[in-house]
Amino acid sequence: MNRILEEKIVKIFLFAAAFTAVFSVLLIGIFVFMEGLPIFFKYGLTDILFGSVWNPTNQVYGIWPMIVGTIYVTFVAVLIGAPMGIGVAIYLVEIANERISKTIIPAVELLAGIPSVVYGLFGMFAVRGVIASLSRGPLGDVLPSNYQSGYSILAAAIILAIMILPTIINISIDALRAVPREYKEGSLALGTSHWQSIYKLLLPAAKSGIITAVILGVGRALGETMAVIMVIGNTPAVPALDWTGLFAPARSMTANIALEMGYAGPEHQQALFATGIVLFVFIIVLNSITQLLVRRRREGGAK
Amino acid sequence: MSKVNRNQNIAFAFFSALGILTVCILLLIIAYIFVQGITKISFDFLFSNPRKMGAEGGIFPAIVGTIYLVLTTMIIAAPIGVGAAIYLNEYTSRGRITDMIRFATEALAGIPSIVFGLFGFAFFVILLKPITGGWSILSASLTGVTMVLPTIVRTAEEALKAVPDSLREGSLALGTTKWQTIKGLILPAAMPGIITGIILSIGRVIGETAAFLLTLGGSLLIPQSLFDGSRTLSLHLYMVAMETGAMDVAFGTASVLIILILLINFAASWFFRRLIKRFS
Repeated sequence: MNRILEEKIVKIFLFAAAFTAVFSVLLIGIFVFMEGLPIFFKYGLTDILFGSVWNPTNQVYGIWPMIVGTIYVTFVAVLIGAPMGIGVAIYLVEIANERISKTIIPAVELLAGIPSVVYGLFGMFAVRGVIASLSRGPLGDVLPSNYQSGYSILAAAIILAIMILPTIINISIDALRAVPREYKEGSLALGTSHWQSIYKLLLPAAKSGIITAVILGVGRALGETMAVIMVIGNTPAVPALDWTGLFAPARSMTANIALEMGYAGPEHQQALFATGIVLFVFIIVLNSITQLLVRRRREGGAK
Repeated sequence: MSKVNRNQNIAFAFFSALGILTVCILLLIIAYIFVQGITKISFDFLFSNPRKMGAEGGIFPAIVGTIYLVLTTMIIAAPIGVGAAIYLNEYTSRGRITDMIRFATEALAGIPSIVFGLFGFAFFVILLKPITGGWSILSASLTGVTMVLPTIVRTAEEALKAVPDSLREGSLALGTTKWQTIKGLILPAAMPGIITGIILSIGRVIGETAAFLLTLGGSLLIPQSLFDGSRTLSLHLYMVAMETGAMDVAFGTASVLIILILLINFAASWFFRRLIKRFS
């Protein structure tokens, strides 16, 4: 009898443990929205979302510069990081011998483990230094003077590109390995070269998995805070939308929250939570796309 | 055919270069930090108190803060995470509730850490201030628990799945209850995998900064209890680099962090290899 009672109690405890995740997600959603929504009602959705001035001391809370900054830096980071990550994945799955893979894979694991502040510190000196000498030197006549400090979208994008590499590499590897061996064997038997069967067969077959990898990389880049703060310059202004914008100091949504939460008054805090809501919505949209892709891949596999 | 061969050679050379570049980037980052920071590390740097807002002196309070935070977070997160994995893997089959739990776990893994920070600030720091003491190790730990939960659940579930069913069936056939089987047999067998997940989570807590910036308070004093504010090594690095401007301390702290992460990665892969050895 005692054992049955114990069994029941254990089961209840385990269920509670499992349900903690659901409970946490709900709480996070509720609290971020509850704190951030009032400001949208007070100043109007469009004024907050598309207002291009962020000046909390005068109660002006336009987060458009941060939205543009975030999208710009994420786009450039993925433009660099995605091809590179996919390339490394192809190398590891198809080309490298086992000994080489065994040195590269731990290196990738380690890249994933390095704290973002360490990336930030590296970026603050090494990457920013190189970009500053470029923007003061050869580009000095073209760029406006406030674009020459090296603290820039490009610096942040380069650091982010490195930081999203492990995500993209690992998930692309899984996607490539999931392609049935027979495809490749059949293709090679028909006399195509190894490289031809990689890009005509393997890559298309692994497409949805690789897209998932890139989207998760986008999510990581969007959400990264500390490394970005340390190199992006944090100016809450819309960067130039041509190539010179690469050298513009900007501010991401994440940086906006982290920089100002410490000293914000009540209404200012709400505006920062509102920034969090926008970020949250971005992530939800991305996650839904991933879920859709995963589901489609599963259904595709069942056919 | 020669054109095909040439294309292949060019493509393969390019991909090999990318692979080598990845390793080079890692080495460059580590070398860059170590060259400027490793000489800073000394007994005095590790075990004395900071002076002048961290611009001089040591990093001892940040080390104590990191240890406190890691321990508290893991003591709460490990039982919950492993419990969740046991429930998902041993007690239910696929259904609406497990789907919901899985979905929530995935969603937690995708939420940016600064959003965890916002939540922790609004919920633990402000609303539950009478219980948590406001900005404190406890508030930061509870925030940290929600962040590391997906990692622990996922790795523990994989470890449990790797335990062969024959073990479960054999034990149940001897008349033990389900929980006795799990406690006495399944959990010990899956332990290396579970520990791998916990070690990886410790790495996550050590490396996390954004969420703790909003929940831990950043005090430079040595914390006396869970209800005191504190700072971790990562937070200390950020604050001395961005606010105090003491770059030598920042690089020294970064070197300590890299050494910690190296140790954690070695430990995790050691346990992981033991798990694989056990079931092959």
